[in-house]
Amino acid sequence: MMNPLAIDTLLTDLETDLKQKVSQRGLNNPLMIGIRTGGIWIAEHLHRQLAISEPLGLLDITFYRDDFSQMGVHPNVKPSQLPPHIEGRDIILVDDVFYTGRTIRAALNEIFDYGRPKQVLLAVLIQRNGKQIPIQPDCYGTCINLDANQRLKISGPDPLAIHIETSSPAP
Amino acid sequence: MHVIIENGRIIDPANQLDCVANLYLADGKIAAVTNPPDGFQADMRLDASGQIVCPGFIDLSTRLREPGQSRKATFKSEVIAAASSGVTTLCLQPDTSPVIDTPAVAELIKELANKAGYRQILPIAALTRKLEGNELSSMLALKQAGCIAVSNAGAPVTNLLILRRAMEYAASHDLLLIFRPNDYWLGNKGCAHEGAIATRYGLPGIPDAAETIALAHCLELAELTGCRVHFGQLSCKRSVIKIQQAQKYGLAVSADVAIHQLHLTENDMIPFDSAYHVLPPLRTEADKQFLRQGLASGTINCICSDHQPHDVDAKLGAFPETEPGISSLETLLPLTLKLVEQHAIDLQQAIAALSQHPADILRLNKGALTPGLPADICVFDPEREWQVNPSTWKSQGCNTPYWQHTLKGRVTHTLQAGKLIYRLHEPA
Amino acid sequence: MSTNLQLNAEGKLKHFLSIEGLDKTLLTEILDTAESFIGMNDQQIKKVPLLRGKTIVNLFFENSTRTRTTFELAAKRLSADVLSMSIATSSTSKGESLLDTIRNLEAMYVDMFVVRHGISGAAHFIAQQTAPHISVINAGDGQHAHPTQAMLDMFTIRQVKRDFAALRVAIIGDILHSRVARSQIQALNTLGVAEIRVIAPKTLLPAHVEKLGVTVCHDLPNGLQDIDVIIMLRLQKERMTSALLPSESEYFRCFGLTEQKLKIAKPDAMVMHPGPINRGVEIDSKVADGAQSVILKQVSNGIAVRMAIMAMAMQKQGRVA
Repeated sequence: MMNPLAIDTLLTDLETDLKQKVSQRGLNNPLMIGIRTGGIWIAEHLHRQLAISEPLGLLDITFYRDDFSQMGVHPNVKPSQLPPHIEGRDIILVDDVFYTGRTIRAALNEIFDYGRPKQVLLAVLIQRNGKQIPIQPDCYGTCINLDANQRLKISGPDPLAIHIETSSPAP
Repeated sequence: MHVIIENGRIIDPANQLDCVANLYLADGKIAAVTNPPDGFQADMRLDASGQIVCPGFIDLSTRLREPGQSRKATFKSEVIAAASSGVTTLCLQPDTSPVIDTPAVAELIKELANKAGYRQILPIAALTRKLEGNELSSMLALKQAGCIAVSNAGAPVTNLLILRRAMEYAASHDLLLIFRPNDYWLGNKGCAHEGAIATRYGLPGIPDAAETIALAHCLELAELTGCRVHFGQLSCKRSVIKIQQAQKYGLAVSADVAIHQLHLTENDMIPFDSAYHVLPPLRTEADKQFLRQGLASGTINCICSDHQPHDVDAKLGAFPETEPGISSLETLLPLTLKLVEQHAIDLQQAIAALSQHPADILRLNKGALTPGLPADICVFDPEREWQVNPSTWKSQGCNTPYWQHTLKGRVTHTLQAGKLIYRLHEPA
Repeated sequence: MSTNLQLNAEGKLKHFLSIEGLDKTLLTEILDTAESFIGMNDQQIKKVPLLRGKTIVNLFFENSTRTRTTFELAAKRLSADVLSMSIATSSTSKGESLLDTIRNLEAMYVDMFVVRHGISGAAHFIAQQTAPHISVINAGDGQHAHPTQAMLDMFTIRQVKRDFAALRVAIIGDILHSRVARSQIQALNTLGVAEIRVIAPKTLLPAHVEKLGVTVCHDLPNGLQDIDVIIMLRLQKERMTSALLPSESEYFRCFGLTEQKLKIAKPDAMVMHPGPINRGVEIDSKVADGAQSVILKQVSNGIAVRMAIMAMAMQKQGRVA
């Protein structure tokens, strides 16, 4: 069973929250980085709305995942695309869903391998329950609680949509 | 000591006997078959019902690793293996350390044999000193010290003039040459048969020409010198054909084959498994079939074990670096019986190949159950199954491709000169 | 080669010893995984943390600067710690057995051996004997196999030709002594090429070579007709002294790849060589440096392919006790 969420509303709410936090934290000439794949779709939208001229950075965290030894190497990884100088930059990191926190940890590890940023602001479309690592988003479109048999599915890039998928309990 | 072996099926190819009957032994010799001699009183009765009673086996090629290589095995361990295999006479290859090229070594062997309680270990003398193919060994002295033949033990004799002279000398003392043909250059440090399997696994190969060419040289020299020659451990079709032709032509030549060559080919080799590393190498299916046919037709009339026990380290390494050889005394009987089961030969031929014919070739007064001959006897259960594992295996060398396999055919009693040297103690 | 030895209980790669025993799916997975590492060449940080904290030992019993450096680089780009040992000069020449060398290294808690050895079956032996958590990669054993080289060759072919199915591949040179050729033949057959042709004088062909799944040709002009991929093998100097060939110049005259001979093959045929090249012996400089040559591409692909193989073999490793 799939329940769609009102994605336009979520995007608008996120954008508002983000603009406020950017101003509050005093970000200067921020570099926006989206996390593959869903985060990039969200980031592209925000990138346009905030009229950032510098190209969007694309981050692939496959090689930084902490579950490599269980899951193995995933073929068909596209390389990350970041500008040459991360050192001292203000970064807006964008993802679609914040869940356990491990993706963001991997993303931070990878960004810091490139250089030491001045600060990182984390923006996610949806923050859900189930956090496992002491990390949290700085701004979000909404916060929701899901049951054990529910999960979020994002599709895109056009049309961009997000659904709650509820699976029937196992017999 | 008077012994009756009762109710066994007596198979004695030399006397064309195959019947269920009693066998009577007295004072270390065969006394009578079927009907007891007058006034015979048994001191020991052995029940052989359901089993086969035949002459004890004579193994033309074994290595007991003493003197010199007791890390691998000793007389003590290997004679137990031999006795449990129904083998009552062992021919010892000369490539010991030191080589059997002086009477002193032959005497030492006799002593070791006596100490181990197994008298019939017959040393084969080296053809040349140190088996180096340069100087003749003291063949007459060796013969007088108990050696029953001379051999090159598989070491190539590159200089044919020396081979000729050695054969002439052996012939002049009426010594049999047991020759394992192996050309030095063509053998070329190979470790597997030069064929599809060696190609696939990048193993240095030994073409069958390495054997057949050396065989051909020796056949020519046999005719030239009049030396009696027995070719040992043949491995390929073209060797059999050459022996056939030579015999037809009238040369006094004979041949044997190691039992594993009648069962295993290059295709049976588990990749890089050193248990299958043997010399001569395991060759093709066609070679195996021809060897079987050669045995059936009598061109090859003896089967030997080619027993080569090894220590664990010798077989631990990349295949080409391991030492060749199989510990094969204990699988000799079951594998020979398997040939019968597979209709390659019949049971009488099988037993003759292990007893009567080797005795003929060595000119030993054995290999038959004729009254008056020494009582070397093997009693075995042809149907009994057993697994090759540490509790059943007697040899110090566990290097066999049949490890953990279940085989059929088990010796229950072995008598040497009328003395019981082995009795099976496992519950059926 | 027993598949069981190379694959773990879940059917994933554990040791990489030979192409034989690996199926098309697994070989393709290796190529795809290597593809993702190729992208790294363009990045500033040519490193990923996949094997961080793991120790990889390069056990080279045979000298080879080229292969050893690519394995070292591959391991380092995976963030592993690398130890390179050239055993020719170390204790094994004093009589320490192969097994003892392995055991000593195991006692230092290593995770992987990359082995190059002069005897066929050495890598297989080490894989069988080594502690259960350790993976073994074969960097070339005797005349038996050089599977990482074969995979980088397949990767290069796929880069240029895309699809294996219709390809006609010629392998030219000393097949008899070549572990690279044996692995390439197995890989090409598993990946399903149309034809593999080996072209060499009879002295340089192993017995029953057709049974490996190849057609045999003893003359280059005939052999090169309709060929899409040409793989040249290196000719070693020793072949002349062991009476396998009369001379280098005679070999070059018959089997050397010149611009003229190259024209016989298809116009878009690609020229490969595992290196190092003997210019003027098996291949003319003009061809080696020419437009159809992918020899240098093979070298740069080598790192990504080896990274893929090492990363895949280290999956699902148990913890050291």
